[in-house]
Order: sequence, then structure tokens, then C-alpha cells
Amino acid sequence: MSEQENTSIEVHNLTVSYHRKPVLWDIDFQLPKGKLIGIVGPNGSGKTTMLKTIMGLMKPDSGYVDIFGQPLDKVRERVSYVPQRESVDWDFPADVMDVVLMGRYRKDNIFKRISKEDKKIATEALQRVNMLEFAHRQISQLSGGQQQRVFIARSLAQQADLYLMDEPFVGVDAATEESILRLLSDMRENGKTVIIVHHDLQTAYEYFDHIVLLNTRLVACGPKEKVFTKELLQEAYGGKLTVLSKIGDLIAKEVFPVREPEYKEDKKL
Amino acid sequence: MLETAFEFFSFTEPNVRTVTLGTVLLGIGAAVVGSFTYLRKRALVGDAVSHAILPGVALAFMITGEREPLYLLVGALLAGWISLLSIDGIVNYSKLKTDTAIALILSVFFGFGILLLTAIQQQGTGTQAGLDSFLFGKAAGMTTKEVHFFGWVSAALIGIVVLFFNVFRLVSFNREFAISLGLPVRFIEFIMATITVLAITTGIQAVGVVLMAALLITPAAAARPFTNRLEWMIVIAAAIGAVGGLVGSFVSYTHPQMPTGPWIVVVLSVFAVGSLLFAPNRGVVASIRRRYQNQRKIRTENLLKAFYQLYESGATSAITKETLQAHRNFQSRERAKGLKELLQRGCLTKESHQYALTEKGLEEGKRIVRLHRLWEVYLTERMRMQADHIHPQAETMEHIITPEIEAQLIKELNTPQKDPHNSDIPYTQ
Repeated sequence: MSEQENTSIEVHNLTVSYHRKPVLWDIDFQLPKGKLIGIVGPNGSGKTTMLKTIMGLMKPDSGYVDIFGQPLDKVRERVSYVPQRESVDWDFPADVMDVVLMGRYRKDNIFKRISKEDKKIATEALQRVNMLEFAHRQISQLSGGQQQRVFIARSLAQQADLYLMDEPFVGVDAATEESILRLLSDMRENGKTVIIVHHDLQTAYEYFDHIVLLNTRLVACGPKEKVFTKELLQEAYGGKLTVLSKIGDLIAKEVFPVREPEYKEDKKL
Repeated sequence: MLETAFEFFSFTEPNVRTVTLGTVLLGIGAAVVGSFTYLRKRALVGDAVSHAILPGVALAFMITGEREPLYLLVGALLAGWISLLSIDGIVNYSKLKTDTAIALILSVFFGFGILLLTAIQQQGTGTQAGLDSFLFGKAAGMTTKEVHFFGWVSAALIGIVVLFFNVFRLVSFNREFAISLGLPVRFIEFIMATITVLAITTGIQAVGVVLMAALLITPAAAARPFTNRLEWMIVIAAAIGAVGGLVGSFVSYTHPQMPTGPWIVVVLSVFAVGSLLFAPNRGVVASIRRRYQNQRKIRTENLLKAFYQLYESGATSAITKETLQAHRNFQSRERAKGLKELLQRGCLTKESHQYALTEKGLEEGKRIVRLHRLWEVYLTERMRMQADHIHPQAETMEHIITPEIEAQLIKELNTPQKDPHNSDIPYTQ
């Protein structure tokens, strides 16, 4: 297989700002298909921003992301996103099945009615995360681990090829962690690609095949054996680059553009 | 009074019928649309927009010179939209926070509206009579034409919510996920904002701009504790909104000089307070009852534990109040209540002032003691607490630990036989 065909995500020259301050600088990497991939880095290193930019939730200042060789909009139905569990209000009046069925919506179909087939797919998804008995439980009554599994079930109901998950192991008990891991390796066996934002360095090596090491800039990207070296980890976790973050502050404060307009013109070459 | 009430509720007069039906529809429309405003935590924005449409209404009147519902609606819609965009603009492009932006837009727009209203009144064009009813509402002040117009608008709003129900729910619950699906979230939010402004514009006919937020938000807030299904929450909110509308038109009919808004708000507040007090599980009464039940549980369980411990230390099977008191200092009233309940439940028997545990009572007492000692083991082994610190915590936890947690504790601690004070942990064989 050529390199092109074996690529799930290509990130090219990506610079992203939050409140005008760049949090990702010129990130450039390619990720393979059919692997468990971890995006790893210290707090505030831009991991979630990376994921949100890939999903089109944040607009980059420069650069682009291609998924399966195409822009996101062309391949949306093959991509599934699992946001951070804390990003929603779990006191919302809905039950587990309602939430999982949300995975069955597609773009350009805002008047969708739920079909029997959708229900069947959602039921199977709940079964795979061991939550079927909770199908009609109120989401406000779930534990943290159960909430996370509901989100993963919703994602499975999308029947995608590429899954992007933001911190799925946070606030989850040991048993749930283990069952999520088993599910993830099942997905890999079926040829799915799973990209996970993960802050715990201890477990990262054990969980993933491939690792993106991030700290506002790309430190390393590759098979875990190559990335998990003492030098690279020290580089990622040894603190911020002070000059770089001073420049970032300056850009935010003085309202400088991150890129000059001419540069943006030829980004798609 | 009774006579007028009878006259009103018989709906023989066609005008009463139309006005009532119209205001009820307004109430339902506002409550249905407001359910999503409430769930998206935009209640304050709703209040700001309600106030902000006043200048739109006033300007529409000034420009066209007549009180034509369509023009008023367009003016209100524009003002509502500009206020919404201004709030977002301030939040996105300045250092000001959301609450400041909302307060700013509310007061600036409303102040401007009052200014225009005063100017219109000073012109004294005559037709302006009734424009001040926009402040506090006057259901019966609506012309038949207005009732028809706003009634149909409300019906259309309800239809839109039914049509878009699934995506509205999706966007309200998890906006980012909706975007990741590729749904046109901006368009959906535009529709939600538009129907909110429309619901406010129609609602002010009955309640007025000052109190409009109540008609939008209160029904949803009152309905929420009664159900966990969104569909039902909206239906209950709609029913409450309908009652609000009904009361509004009734008051307006019986006391034509009185503004209807305050009356509607008072009635809606009764529902809100009622729901706060009496809602199952979430209500104040339910939580008081739960606390009372817990107290009762603690009382009887402490007695059972005392009996069991007395047996353990070799007491004969019959125990008097005095022996019990010597073992543990109970409040005499509490003790009497607890003993009575245990007798009723068949955990104790009583013969000439002497109590004895039944088989059932013995098992219960054993369970409490077991939980207490298991927890003490857990505290010493897992939380590294000193033996002299663990007792008070275990005193409380013994009443809380559920059978599932008990099983988990036993498994995790490998069925310990002795507690840290070297007492036996009694298991049921």
C-alpha cells in the first residue's frame, strides 16, 4: 500500500489560536490507518485544540487538515467525534437511548425521524459497551464511567471508520477503563482508526500503537517505540518554550496577524 | 364577581371566546419555545430580548402611524435580532463578560424604547392609545385582527418546534457534537433564536415586555422537576402556559383597567413555587420526607445494634430499657419511638418490660454491626487511619452502605474475620 492510501489524517502547517493567542504552532504530521493513536502532552499543550481543529470546531489561522485524503466535509460520515464528558450538562432531560440515537443523525437531514434500523444499531452499540440494561435510565443518574460509555456507544452508532475521542479515560473506574480498552482493540481489529487525547503519560505507552507528542509545537510523531525516548519526553514535558510563549502573548496583545495574508494564498498548493 | 366569572367561562360572547383562545395560544407558544430557551440556559438572554423589542415596536408605530400587527411584528423581530447580535458581538469582540453584555443591552434598548414611547404619547395621535399596554400587557386590549394574527403565529411556532424537535434537542444538549455531524448548527440556532423573538413578540400582547421572560421561562422551569422526558416537559410547560393565558384573559375581561401581565406572572409563579415544593424527588417536601426516613432508619438501626452488642457480650435474651440505656445513651423519646417501630416491624418482642430480638431482628442487628466493623477495617487498611479515629465515621457509614457496596467491601477486603479493635465480624451463614 502506498503511503497516501495508508494515511488516515494529514495535518499540514497547522497554526491555531485561542483568544487570539496561538496554542498550536505549525503542526505537521501524518497518521496511519487501523491503529490506536494517542495525542499526548502536558496540560495546556493544545491536545484538545488539535482534536477540535481536526473536527472543524475551531478555525485554524493557517494550514489544513485532510482526512482520508479529503477535506472533512467530504468524509464526515466516516468520522466520529467523542467530546469531553464534562462538556455537556448531564442534567438534560433525556435517557441513555435518546443520547445514543443522536449518533444516527446525518448532515443535510435535519427532519430525520428515528427508524427501526436506527434503534437496532443503537441497541447493538449499547450492548458493546455493556450498557444495554441502562437503555432507559436517565442520564443524570449515571456514574462518570457510565456517562463515558454512553458517549462511546453514541460514537459506535455512527458506524464510522475514524474515531476521535477527547479524554475518554478521565473520571472512569478501573473496570470501565479495561472494558473501553478491550473495545478499542476490537475496533482496531476491524480496521478502524482511533485517535485519543490522553494526558496520562504512565498509561500512554501501554494503550497506544502510535503517539503524537505535543507541547504547543509538535515534539514527535511516530510508532510509540520511537517517540517514547527520554530526550523527546523531556522536551515535551520539560516546560514551555519561553520565547515562543512570549511571542504568543505579544500577538494576542498587539493584535498582530499570526500569518501574513500572502502566505495564506498558497496554502493549498 | 361570581356572576362575571360564570359569564366569562360560559364563553357565550364571541369576543370573549376569541380573546381567550388567542391568549391561551400565546401562553402555549411561549412555553413551548421557552422550554428550549430554558434548557440552553438562555433565560437571561430571553429577558433582555423581551425588553429590547420595545423600541422596535415603537419605531414601527412611528414610521407607519398605525397599530398594524404585521408591522409591529417586523419591528419587534428586527429589534430582537439586533439585540441578540449585539450581545454576541460584545461577548466576542470585547473584554466584557456575558452577564455585563446582557445587562447593557437590556437597559440601553429598553431605555430607548421608553423614550420613543413617551415621544409618541406627546404627539397625541390618538391611535397610540394602547401602545402603553406593551409595557404590562392587556389581553382584552387586542383587536380581533390582532388575536387572529398572533394566534396563528403561536400555532406556527408550535408547529416549527414539533418539526425540528429532534435537532433542537440535539443542539441544545451537545452543540459541538451536532457540528461534528455536519448538521447546519448555525442555521438551526438561527431558527431557535427567531422563534424565541417571535414567541416574545406575540407573548407581550398578553404580558407586556417587562414581565415577558416569566411567560417564556417559568412554565419550563416549573415543568422540569416533574419529568425526565423532554417531550413531557414541553407538554406540561404548555399546559401551565395555557392556564397563564386563560387567567390573563379572564382578568382582562373582568377588570378592563387592570394590566394583565402581573396577574399572569403571579399565577405562573404559583406553579413554579408549587413545583419547587412538591415535585417528586427534586421537591423540598420530598427531600424533607427523605431526611425524616433516614432519621427513622438511623434510630431503629442504632437500637438493633445495641441489642445485638448486648447479646454478644453475654446478656440473656430479655433486655429492659435500663440495660439498653446503660449500654448506650439514647434520648428517651427517640428510644421509645424506635422500640415501638421495631415491635411493629416484628424485629422485637416485648413481655412485661423485657425486650428480646426476634430472628429477623437478630439478623438486622448483625448486619449493622457487620457493616460498622467492615468499614473500620476498610478505613485502617485502605485509608491508613489510626484505630482511635475510625469509630465515629463508621457510626454513620453503617447506615449508608448498600448491599452492593457491602459485597464489594467483603470481596475487596477478603472476608476479614476481625475488626481493628479485635472484635469478631459477624457473617450470616
